[in-house]
Amino acid sequence: MNIIVCIKQVPDTANIEIDPQTNTLIREGVESIINPFDMYAIEEAVRTKEKLNGNVIAVTMGPPQAEIALREAISMGVDEAVLVSDRAFAGSDTWATSYTLACAIRKIGKFDIIFCGKQAADGDTAQVGPGISMHLDIPQVTYVKKIEEVTADRARVERMTEEGYEIIEAPLPVLFTVVKEINEPRIPSLKGKMKAKSAQIKALTAKDLDADEKLLGLNGSPTQVVKIFTPPPREGGEMLTGSTEEIVDKLVKVLKDECKSKI
Amino acid sequence: MSYLLTEEQKMIRDLARQIADEKIRPVAAEYDEKEEFPWPILKVIAESDLAGIYIEEAYGGMGGGVTELCIATEEFSKACGGIAVSYAASALGAYPIILYGSEDQKKKYLPDIAKGKKLAAFGLTEAGAGSDAGAVSTTAKKDGDYYILDGVKQWITNGGEAETYTVIAMTDKTKGSRGASAFIVEKGTPGFEFGKKEKKLGIRSSATRELIFTNCKIPKENLLGKEGLGFIVAMKTFDKSRPGIGAQAVGIAQGALDHALKYAKERVQFGKPISSFQGMQFMLADMGTQVEAARALVYLAAGLIDSGAKDISKLSAMSKLFASDVAMKVTTDAVQVFGGYGYMRDYPVEKYMRDAKITQIYEGTNQIQRSIIAVEMIKEMLRK
Amino acid sequence: MAIEIITEKCVGCQACLSACPFGAISMEGKLAVIDFDTCNLCGACVDSCKFDAILLRKEEAVAQDISAYKGVWVVAEQYRGDIQSVTYELLGKGRELADKLGVELCAVLLGKDICEKTDEMIHRGAEKVYLVDSPELLQYQNEPYSKVIIELINEYKPEIVLCGATSTGRSLIARVAVKINAGLTADCTSLDIDQEKGLLLQTRPAFGGNIMATIICPNHRPQMATVRHKVMKEAEVDTSKSGEVIKKVYNDNMLSSRTKLVNVIEEEGSTVNLSEADIIVSGGRGLSKPENFALLHELADALGGAVGASRAAVDADWIAYSHQVGQTGKTVCPKIYISCGISGQIQHLAGMSSSDIIIAINKDPDAPIFKVANYGIVGDLHEIIPVLTKKIKSILA
Repeated sequence: MNIIVCIKQVPDTANIEIDPQTNTLIREGVESIINPFDMYAIEEAVRTKEKLNGNVIAVTMGPPQAEIALREAISMGVDEAVLVSDRAFAGSDTWATSYTLACAIRKIGKFDIIFCGKQAADGDTAQVGPGISMHLDIPQVTYVKKIEEVTADRARVERMTEEGYEIIEAPLPVLFTVVKEINEPRIPSLKGKMKAKSAQIKALTAKDLDADEKLLGLNGSPTQVVKIFTPPPREGGEMLTGSTEEIVDKLVKVLKDECKSKI
Repeated sequence: MSYLLTEEQKMIRDLARQIADEKIRPVAAEYDEKEEFPWPILKVIAESDLAGIYIEEAYGGMGGGVTELCIATEEFSKACGGIAVSYAASALGAYPIILYGSEDQKKKYLPDIAKGKKLAAFGLTEAGAGSDAGAVSTTAKKDGDYYILDGVKQWITNGGEAETYTVIAMTDKTKGSRGASAFIVEKGTPGFEFGKKEKKLGIRSSATRELIFTNCKIPKENLLGKEGLGFIVAMKTFDKSRPGIGAQAVGIAQGALDHALKYAKERVQFGKPISSFQGMQFMLADMGTQVEAARALVYLAAGLIDSGAKDISKLSAMSKLFASDVAMKVTTDAVQVFGGYGYMRDYPVEKYMRDAKITQIYEGTNQIQRSIIAVEMIKEMLRK
Repeated sequence: MAIEIITEKCVGCQACLSACPFGAISMEGKLAVIDFDTCNLCGACVDSCKFDAILLRKEEAVAQDISAYKGVWVVAEQYRGDIQSVTYELLGKGRELADKLGVELCAVLLGKDICEKTDEMIHRGAEKVYLVDSPELLQYQNEPYSKVIIELINEYKPEIVLCGATSTGRSLIARVAVKINAGLTADCTSLDIDQEKGLLLQTRPAFGGNIMATIICPNHRPQMATVRHKVMKEAEVDTSKSGEVIKKVYNDNMLSSRTKLVNVIEEEGSTVNLSEADIIVSGGRGLSKPENFALLHELADALGGAVGASRAAVDADWIAYSHQVGQTGKTVCPKIYISCGISGQIQHLAGMSSSDIIIAINKDPDAPIFKVANYGIVGDLHEIIPVLTKKIKSILA
């Protein structure tokens, strides 16, 4: 079983703070981590490999320092890693990103399953996974919460929806995006960490991809950011004080005013 | 302070810290409350290759030494002293085999311990033989190809949970402490049973039970070293394991200090964070200095042992003595920093204080450590 | 590189440093310098520079003839034949956009035996409904749905396509956008028209809601966006309205799917539909123990609302993950959000700060949640909530 897992290095948004004076992100000391949703993808890829034997290759597109994310993936049991990095990719929107990753995956060769996290914690678009599957013309199942069964040519999975879940059968090769419910990512092993430290990371640049250069980076991105701004912070409001009875009376009045239809 | 850790040691520290923060810290209070053995955590530790960091690679370990064991123990202890000792006590049980086991014994027992598939435990203490280890009354009678064990070991950490036990028993009572021998006993051997789980002040997630031997027949191949070596095995084992208790104590102290520092910064009285008051600052400064001094001594002792030095008893005892006294002092002060909140079980620091106390008691009370240190000092002086 | 700092113009004012959301600009001496490995070419710095010292060049893409594209489309979402409310929200916003552009508003409806549902679209403002009614389209499946929508877009050429940012919409429309080489902006919270250029201005949160980005798609059509549920106002019903229904029929090949939907399992209750709730009562670590969630359930039941939770409460296994509100959980925008014992970490705020009214109860007067709350109460929720529940019950009784 040849498995590919696509990951992204993102700023650790769990530690992001806003400078109250300038109302901008404080980036100092913010670490880069593997996108939390991709951790579930890595874990599921490694578990699938452990069950069926095979090979897991982690792929990321990003700056040279994204290599750290790939090494962390190796420490969790991924076998090989590919860094797709070139200044030509800068400014990619989800269209260009999914195109670039699809080209890289074609370059890597044969695959049976591609795992992605459901979305990245910095952009939150959830578009790159489906985009890759379309560029590669393979079926996709998004929001996978359980892999029920995988054989050499089929997989049966549970896909989470707002109402519950769907059971879907897909022929391989297929792309899955996974949600938090699917597993609990493992802590790396010491041997994995040691392997990760010395592992060779394969690098792919724009030239290596056999891609249409017009479709890469900023030029290949239909969307353009025209403005970035910090949302005006919500103003703190009124403090309700008094005895429990008094507070509750005030609360009931608020609820009545704000939600007339119900109370 | 990095203590000039090697790349690999830094990896061990980072990994142990990750396990402590992600897996141990969130459940520490719950395990303490329920007095439940932390098997799920030990499984994570095993899967991360940390169960056998101090065991040779030839026997499935990672080839590290006491320093590596101390690094991991300290990190786990910052989150929970009880879970940490369940990990470290397996090393205490394994050291007699590492130190005195035959090639066959090592091959048979160490790989499973190194992989974390089995836990080990060490059995010396008895009801009548605490600090006076020479008063051991459990006997091992030679009977053809077997030894027959009879007697009761008390307060054995990992008792009942471990699979592999190293046990000290008298093969010849007439010779006093020279008549003791060390044996490997496997859980499930007929005649080997466990007492009830003890209720303790602290380290409550760890398991402490009696080992009860009644006409327990073990193959003579399970003798460690030679007959009569039992006390040497125990003493040499403690020489190696005591810095581990020191590391546990340093971790507990550091964990409590971290909580105290954070609280002192957040808690406002008289309109200011209490950390801005000099009385509080002096306390915090002393706590920090004591923890750092204890850590220095622990890693000095561990490094000395790993360097292959012969006379390690004194420094090993010092590291355990000093670090455990510091742990008791610092955790008590941490509760003081928290004031009334610190005394409440809803807040984390009282647990550190309860957990700290045992480090002054087990693997030789601190009074025994002082005797060892004094005797070693006098011997050194006479040698000059 | 497509971005550069014109050194003659840079005065070293450092305005671009704080404007860069990626931290890619630093000062070398008195000049701003861009780290190209970190730069994402987003252009935030260009706007921030008062001296026009930053130049972002984009080669004009191969000109696609975009003049042929007209009209605003809304991709309707149906579940078991019922039109989902997000569709009405899209129609509400779609109407506004179509009016600004002076074009038609159309809806696209796929499903089985749903002919009579077209009126619901028309009464909410759609002038045309493209209807594809076929047994293969009974339930959402990626491939037939995307193939049909691609075909419709290629045939009728809308300039704007809106879709709900739901698990269906997000999965479907990303494939469509890739295939037709269109720009797609995910999870928009605000949409407008640049009157001068006739472009769709798509605003969305990023970095967990810490920053907002406005995105355009100048050279490709259609301009596509998924829109967050419950942010836009639903279009009003006007049964006097009429419109045209265009029925399309497609062959088996278009409707085939490589994946097979074996079963659909609904989980009543277990998947709290937080994103649909008008009132959410949410609990955090301040509840002190899992049993205390019962207090919140009782209040939520009395108010006809749902129960949410902070990540801390979910991580402590006090309540299922499906209740989690925040960056790694659900994003909600109810009319009233009652936060109980939640400190208000930024990741939590990212998931609920667009609620209409936030009421916060917390012991700690310095809890960050009070900074966003319309009404704050410093006190013990274990005392206040039961009294409040009792009062609400007696009022409603």
